[in-house]
Amino acid sequence: MADIILETAGLSMRFGGVTAVDNVDFQLRERELRCLIGPNGAGKSTFFKCLTGMLKPSAGEVFLDDQETTGWDPHRVAGLGIGIKTQVPSVMDGLSVHENIWLSARRRCSVEEANRKAGEVIDRINLGRLAYKELGQLAHGERQRVELGIVMAGNPWLILLDEPAAGMTGEEVEHMADIIRELNRNAAVIIVEHDMQFIRSIASKVTVFYRGAVLMEDDVSVVLSDPTVRDVYLGKKA
Amino acid sequence: MQSQMIKTMVGPAVAAILLMFLLPTILETYTLTLLVVYGMLGLSLGLIWGFGGILCFGQAAFFGLGAYAYAIAAINIGESTLPAFIGILVPMVVAFLLGAMMFYGRLADVYMGVITLVFTLILFRFMNSTAGPEYVIGKARLGGFNGIPGYQTLNVPGFPDEYIYGDALYYLAFSLLIIVYLFLRWFLKTSFGRTAIAIRENEERVELMGYDVRIRKTLLFSLGGGIAGLAGVLYASWAEIVTPGLFSLGQSAEIIIWCIVGGLGVLVGPIFGGMLIGLMKFLLGQQSVIDNTLILGLVLVLFVLFLPKGVVPTLIKWLPKGRKNSRKRRRKSQGRNRRSEA
Repeated sequence: MADIILETAGLSMRFGGVTAVDNVDFQLRERELRCLIGPNGAGKSTFFKCLTGMLKPSAGEVFLDDQETTGWDPHRVAGLGIGIKTQVPSVMDGLSVHENIWLSARRRCSVEEANRKAGEVIDRINLGRLAYKELGQLAHGERQRVELGIVMAGNPWLILLDEPAAGMTGEEVEHMADIIRELNRNAAVIIVEHDMQFIRSIASKVTVFYRGAVLMEDDVSVVLSDPTVRDVYLGKKA
Repeated sequence: MQSQMIKTMVGPAVAAILLMFLLPTILETYTLTLLVVYGMLGLSLGLIWGFGGILCFGQAAFFGLGAYAYAIAAINIGESTLPAFIGILVPMVVAFLLGAMMFYGRLADVYMGVITLVFTLILFRFMNSTAGPEYVIGKARLGGFNGIPGYQTLNVPGFPDEYIYGDALYYLAFSLLIIVYLFLRWFLKTSFGRTAIAIRENEERVELMGYDVRIRKTLLFSLGGGIAGLAGVLYASWAEIVTPGLFSLGQSAEIIIWCIVGGLGVLVGPIFGGMLIGLMKFLLGQQSVIDNTLILGLVLVLFVLFLPKGVVPTLIKWLPKGRKNSRKRRRKSQGRNRRSEA
């Protein structure tokens, strides 16, 4: 078994009286592909934000690559070599596709290398003909792809994706799954997702969140055939 | 890459130098010097607002601080070279500290506006209340409402008796404006400049790429403060007196109007806005039929309604041919780069 690169111990996040994430112990190994699923309000996105530093957890610890990163600012977490994609497409609309990706590449390498890397990534996400177009004029799916390109350009060893397939067409989702599988060759990936179709198509280990805690953790086929999980999703009592 | 950047600078530089020599045929250099100072001040806000997304309601504070710092240093030191640097450095440091407080404190939008506004007001109040003899810095009395007169104006470095005034001050001010403008053009093409623009577009994304947004915003804000300070130094040398009016609310608001009228996101915009409104005020000041500020307000309203992007960006839009060409050129040069690397 490969090394553990991400670990949380007793991670909790409370907003006033609401406990959104409740004492979560979570582990991720090198080059693993993991999906986080669960009904609305289960705490997936909050958990995600605690990992990226966008939220400071109320209790517990986060370890990334054997370093404690609890309460770090997002730019420090990202600086470790972690690619992050948020739920709402977060891109720079007033700049060109190339500029968006170049900036991400520039964080880790020289200007010349960043130029080359940006060209490479644009080819990989298949947006060559739109490279110098202002991003704000592109379609939603294309902008999602650009954001994935931004993540790619940072050469990350761990990638955190919050609902990458949201609002995409069937064809785009397939393309997205291909890209993610490719990314997974060099990096561990965590995906927060609602779309069961999508999760099945990238088939991996799944962690189910329910009411802020981990309900179960197993292979995708096992999880999806589990009666408890199905009840949770249909809103019955667990 | 480097030589290409120089090439794109030659055109604007030549145009600016031509303009520098042409303008005195229309207006007196005395008036023009003030317009150039306004242009520089407009540019300082245009940089941080138009490219860093930082709307500062107190840019006049750095302008006034530059002027005051210069005046006080000039009285104490005499020869103007060091005081001129002090006049740039003081607002730069103050802007750095104020910026660090705001950006590390994660204050955004409205709160930032309020803080910068209040900061200006505090300086205005304070300077107004320094009439007493106990308010002295070295040999310089702050003078309260009356301000500080009678300091050494700019001189040729090393020659305290060779004053730079009249035509010479105009050419000096304009040359400095050109230098600052070209510097900023270069600056915005550097990696730091490009991340600054990215922060304007989407702060969160830049942060998630692993850049420390706070220090970058603070440095940009400080640079803007330094340029406003330089404008202040030139103003102090032109006016030969500095008064608390430099910190007034009206002054701060006016700089914002310059930027809106001239247009943000293009360096020339705020320079043009500052000079245009300055000229308008000068011409209107020669009559007494209608109040100056009334017209200024009207101009602002008309611009927000009909030319919300400002004069310069609209002009650029009306010349789509030039833009398309430049884009083609850019694409071609990209291709060339890629090939040369392959």
